[in-house]
Amino acid sequence: MKRQMEGSRAVAEAVALCRPDVICAYPISPQTHIVEGLGELVKSGELSPCEFLNVESEFAAMSVAIGSSATGGRTYTATASQGLLFMVEAVYNASGLGLPIVMTVANRAIGAPINIWNDHSDSMSQRDCGWIQLFAESNQEALDLHIQAFRLAEEMSMPVMVCMDGFILTHAYEQVDMPDQAQVDAFLPPYEPRQVLDPDDPVSIGAMVGPEAFMEVRYLAHAKQLMALERIPDIAAEFEQIFGRNAGGLVRSYRVEDAETIVVALGSVVGTLQEVVDTMRDQGEKIGLLSIRAFRPFPLAEVRAALGGAKRVVVLEKSFSVGLGGVVSTDVRLALSGIQLHGYTVVAGLGGRAITQDSLLRVLGEATEDTLEPLTFLDLDWDIVNRHLAREAETRRSGPIAENLLRDLGVVGAKVY
Amino acid sequence: MTQPIKFYQTGTFTVGNRLLPPEQRSVQSSIARDNSLNSGHRACQGCGEALGARYAVDAAMRATHGRLIAANATGCLEVFSTPYPESSWQLPWLHSLFGNAAAVGSGIAAALRVKALKAGQAQSDIRVIAQGGDGGTTDIGFGCLSGMFERNDDVLYICYDNEGYMNTGVQRSSATPPAARTATTMPLGPEPGAEFGKGKDLPLIAMAHEIPYVATATVADLRDLEAKVEKAMSLHGARYLHVFVPCPLGWGSASCDTIKLARLARETGLFPVYEAEDGQVTDVTTIRRRVPVEEYLRPQKRFAHLFGDPGRPDLIALIQAGADRNIERFGLLGPQTSEDAS
Repeated sequence: MKRQMEGSRAVAEAVALCRPDVICAYPISPQTHIVEGLGELVKSGELSPCEFLNVESEFAAMSVAIGSSATGGRTYTATASQGLLFMVEAVYNASGLGLPIVMTVANRAIGAPINIWNDHSDSMSQRDCGWIQLFAESNQEALDLHIQAFRLAEEMSMPVMVCMDGFILTHAYEQVDMPDQAQVDAFLPPYEPRQVLDPDDPVSIGAMVGPEAFMEVRYLAHAKQLMALERIPDIAAEFEQIFGRNAGGLVRSYRVEDAETIVVALGSVVGTLQEVVDTMRDQGEKIGLLSIRAFRPFPLAEVRAALGGAKRVVVLEKSFSVGLGGVVSTDVRLALSGIQLHGYTVVAGLGGRAITQDSLLRVLGEATEDTLEPLTFLDLDWDIVNRHLAREAETRRSGPIAENLLRDLGVVGAKVY
Repeated sequence: MTQPIKFYQTGTFTVGNRLLPPEQRSVQSSIARDNSLNSGHRACQGCGEALGARYAVDAAMRATHGRLIAANATGCLEVFSTPYPESSWQLPWLHSLFGNAAAVGSGIAAALRVKALKAGQAQSDIRVIAQGGDGGTTDIGFGCLSGMFERNDDVLYICYDNEGYMNTGVQRSSATPPAARTATTMPLGPEPGAEFGKGKDLPLIAMAHEIPYVATATVADLRDLEAKVEKAMSLHGARYLHVFVPCPLGWGSASCDTIKLARLARETGLFPVYEAEDGQVTDVTTIRRRVPVEEYLRPQKRFAHLFGDPGRPDLIALIQAGADRNIERFGLLGPQTSEDAS
């Protein structure tokens, strides 16, 4: 049924349709509306039986999820930003134990300086943790990916992170097609765990493993992700059969045939880029777009196939590896190893900085002329950067960085004189 | 034949199981015991934690008719019991992390509850314990433990307190007593060993959460430990059991002195043994005479710097004062004797 609703509410209702047994959550912006919605659905009895635990930290949230999942419960939680970082030890533990927990990451920047707005720093920091990472372009896709995520997680016995842009998606009201319970039940069978804490068949889970088998355990996690690489498109195809919608999969390309320039991106910015590509195509530019929907496992072959024929690739990413440059770019370059083309990284939208069509048209125009810097920061305010560098050169006690910049901008009075 | 005996006699080791009616006999005395923590594990000789865990988990197994799941914190108990591919555990057992055993227990209990509801039962017949050492409980796992308490999740948390981080090489925890030598509180300077005025009392903190049941026990009184586990398993909600378990390796004590030291800890008043329900103390194990703390301290190398020439009688006096405070606070000498005790 088509309904106008907030992205978070859509995700909450989609998760409820998946009949989770246990939901645990600790509030953090911009994830809050999702778990508020689920809390309401549990309290009202619409989602029953289901245990909703208000825990005392994200570390506890993931730990409760671990206990619940190991007991055979379908388990869901959601977090963002600092919350994801606070639970990191348990995030690795969940994947190491092979527990099919599904978690929404409402993508948000990481401090300091504290910032509640969207970028991909949080989930990208966990790219090596052994979780599958799926990125949603729209609210509809976020909703659909959660239903696929439970199926994928439980089939593979590994946890899945569904990444959706904080505020841009979570707080946006859009029309979504909400499936009915029968459709979801047809797509998602009851959870049949591979390992379960059961007094009738007692097992020890989480034993200490030394050098004799640790490498093998880690390799098996990789082997499973490679299997997921095959299952993700199949599951998306099955989903399309039942729900009549294309969602998920490994990558999605747009107007890449004959493209000389291809832009690579993840998440909601793909929508903006699609319009920019249309505009540039109208101007005669041979440009296309590749949306990466599964970031882990990383679809090396699909990315190579999509980009290999282009003259240049521009990776536009909302994440940044300090001291190196792009995060996604590194993986894209690995996919293109041995292929000669121009590669550009555009770091954009950090901490919620707006990514406008005008700015995109400008940098992509420069890219098509090959005048773009290999590492470009979209709409970086060089004035305040240079002013601060000068201040640091001038005086030892230059003061707190963020507050200095805000004062330069005249945004707040960071110091009383 | 059986005869009525006084409960204190069971702690004196003069009364064997054969004199007790079957229902009072220890779980370990029965051939039907579960051996939940089976032999062959790699604990040190004289390990108090292995002993405590064996009694506690078997008692919980008997109380639940074998319908029990355990969550375990990282630490000695986890390491010595499950070196891959071996496991000593004869019950479903999950080790996740150092600081999250209580939360993992909450998750297990939550999933069990939903499974029961789906099967048309009001609650699961399978029960949950979570367990860890003092570091995993009083320090790194404290947040998760407090959360489990305040939500009143249906988990019995058992802390095996050996007063330090023994698995990592005997460092100080917030359960390390004052003056004790650890690898991070060396016997140097004007206040050798762990500093006075630091550390926390977790049973009292647990009581402040007003959870249904809090109890302390030692491995010197194993029937008392079993009885407290059984009591705990007869209740629902968050329950906490704090078991005093000497560590020969970390304390520098003889392996054969584990039981003796646990008994002396209680008899000196340094480790009060009591039960509390809903935040109120309901029962205290009294001591027959006030044993001077020297008797407890002297056999342990971690306190060696307090003795010898010139020694630190001033610090021993401070430790004695702490024991005396416990005796007063919990009425350890009993109601009739506490007035003429000092």
